[in-house]
Amino acid sequence: MSKYKMNILVCGGTGCKSSASDLLAAALRTELAERGLSGEVQVVVTGCFGFCEQGPVVNVLPDNTFYIKVKPEDAVTIVSEHIIKGRKVQNLLYTDPATQTKVDGSGAIDFNKKQLRIALRNCGFIDPEKIEEAIARDGYAALARVLTESSPEEVIGIIKKSGLRGRGGGGFSTGLKWEITSTVEADQKYVVCNADEGDPGAFMDRSILEGDPHTVIEAMAINGYCTGADKGLVYIRAEYPLAIERLKTAINQAREYGLLGKDILGSGFNFDIELRYGAGAFVCGEETALIHSMEGNRGEPTFKPPFPSEEGYLGKPTNVNNVETYANIPPIILKGADWFSSIGTEKSKGTKVFALAGKVNNVGLVEVPMGTTLREVIFEIGGGIKDGKKFKSVQTGGPSGGCLTEKHLDIPIDYDNLIASGSMMGSGGMIVMDEDDCMVSVAKYYLDFTVEESCGKCSPCRIGNKRLHEILDEITKGNGKPDDLDRLRNLSEVIKDTSLCGLGQSSPNPVLSTLEHFHDEYMAHVVDFKCPAGQCRDLMIYTIDAANCVGCTACARVCPVGAIAGERKEVHSIDQTICIKCGACLEKCKFNAVLVS
Amino acid sequence: MSSIKIELHENQVKELVEVCRSFNNEAGELINVLHKAQGIFGYLPAEVQEIVARELKVSVAKVYGVVTFYSFFTMVPKGQHPISICMGTACYVRGAEKVLDEFKRKLKVPVGETTPDGKFSLNCLRCVGACGLAPVVMVGDKTYGRVSPDGVKEILAEYA
Repeated sequence: MSKYKMNILVCGGTGCKSSASDLLAAALRTELAERGLSGEVQVVVTGCFGFCEQGPVVNVLPDNTFYIKVKPEDAVTIVSEHIIKGRKVQNLLYTDPATQTKVDGSGAIDFNKKQLRIALRNCGFIDPEKIEEAIARDGYAALARVLTESSPEEVIGIIKKSGLRGRGGGGFSTGLKWEITSTVEADQKYVVCNADEGDPGAFMDRSILEGDPHTVIEAMAINGYCTGADKGLVYIRAEYPLAIERLKTAINQAREYGLLGKDILGSGFNFDIELRYGAGAFVCGEETALIHSMEGNRGEPTFKPPFPSEEGYLGKPTNVNNVETYANIPPIILKGADWFSSIGTEKSKGTKVFALAGKVNNVGLVEVPMGTTLREVIFEIGGGIKDGKKFKSVQTGGPSGGCLTEKHLDIPIDYDNLIASGSMMGSGGMIVMDEDDCMVSVAKYYLDFTVEESCGKCSPCRIGNKRLHEILDEITKGNGKPDDLDRLRNLSEVIKDTSLCGLGQSSPNPVLSTLEHFHDEYMAHVVDFKCPAGQCRDLMIYTIDAANCVGCTACARVCPVGAIAGERKEVHSIDQTICIKCGACLEKCKFNAVLVS
Repeated sequence: MSSIKIELHENQVKELVEVCRSFNNEAGELINVLHKAQGIFGYLPAEVQEIVARELKVSVAKVYGVVTFYSFFTMVPKGQHPISICMGTACYVRGAEKVLDEFKRKLKVPVGETTPDGKFSLNCLRCVGACGLAPVVMVGDKTYGRVSPDGVKEILAEYA
């Protein structure tokens, strides 16, 4: 980047790309060319900046000016004002919600203040399609050091000492996993990158692959060197076309630079990477299922042991790590195990990337040191709850995790604390819910997902989750009974105890955690047949308030089933036996005459 | 599988056989082959699965087992404009279900089906990773963010 006086970084992550950041980048380039500035100012399309809520986002360097919600038509102003005249474009700057003042530097924004970026260190800074930019920021330096200075045992020792644990959800010690694979004798071994990010609402791995694919390639090569594998496989979702494209480009560039292939950096070490595509099966995030899928089979899990480290892909020892785990490896090698283990809590070291989403002001990708509290993430980084509503719950760990409440907000986030509170780290999805969210419906939503994604191999998961879903469905429809809550609890315990793989063993967590933390809300559904959040349609009763109704007939005309009767200028009424509770009358009425209870 | 035989284009069949050959007709490459096959035909009807089975020397049952296991593979042809509603958690809590209901009502087809004129097909997907724009709808490759039930009419009108 150095030969240019200025750089305009444009976020090319999926979120910003979906709001036309590619057109914006093109418009900036055209504008610069027209003004004869192409040789001095460079437009760099980077990976995800993280601040997705305010996208498309742009960062101008060297003065580190952060622009939000930039449209292609703003390109002219940015070039003529900021680039040429040196005046910041005020209306594109971020407004601090507390002080209502404009903030120009990205570091001064609350969203960024408490973050510490290790796995995401390059996302939003480099053009992921240029290996030179990765190398300029220490890309492949760790691989070079390892190949020339260290034995595999020494490297495994560093990773073990760093305390890094698997970021895919399991939380198993990464160094220990590498050690096990390295000690098994075999003629062929494999290392696998699990990029089958299937949690709905989680996009950490995708952003790393899109923003900094070289770090994953480098770490896989280091993993291969340590475990004695010369072949790496990335199992990636076919639904991530941009990540696939960037990874392919990165692999080809690494081959051209001799950083993949035969005799890497003259060390005699051979290593290459191939891609394998997932095809939309959540269970394939489980490592045995993932391996079966890579072999061209249905992705059904099998019993462990044997663990993949002993008997994996094609029956050979296979080390499976997740994308984010890999992204932590090069900095650990370069900065040392002590540096890494100085960050975080006693048993969870380093940082964790969360995909913060839902009813929170700043949706985005957040990387914080382990031990940060949920309150800091949601209220400081996340900027609090949308539209000034009240916080109700935060769901972590995706369909395997649980819903936490107000009283958990000050718990330091780490693997063990989250499990102790009835949820889990999972891969890092963090969904915030407000007072309008019905927790019974949320539990049903997750079960709906699990039922659809259960592979069907073992009966507790296949049949049990279906029954859980049915009970929850009846409750949301007003057909629940108080003893349904005991049935939910008992069935959940059985499914947890008897399912074959992690999917079934954790699928009842959303039910159990909501039952525990939102018992009153369940009771309201099964005793009073009311949904306090006002989400369960079948439990709502629409009536017309005679005092406010002016008889304008608007509601009667909009009602799709003709349930509303009444003459013009007379008070209307809703026939409850016909009403389908669609809410159309409520939306239409201008006189607040439609009541919901 | 359906009893109606579909006539496949000879050129497309040739292309598929070529794809199998490029993977050395290895059974372990079944999923990669199916991805390419779906790229050629748009979907994977029984006739395509039979060719894949023959070329990779595996049973048709095995191919069918894999096709039906993974949600990415479809045995139903998609519409000219495939509509996907994101039902990831972030979109769900921001009202994706109401948007889906509106699409169902407007198009008069259930999820997973195609309108009789072949114009639109309706599907749900799990997270496109654009959670900042929730709720998100995709029509073909185009992404629509912050979609409200009222916005459905306008989206459909673009493709009228």
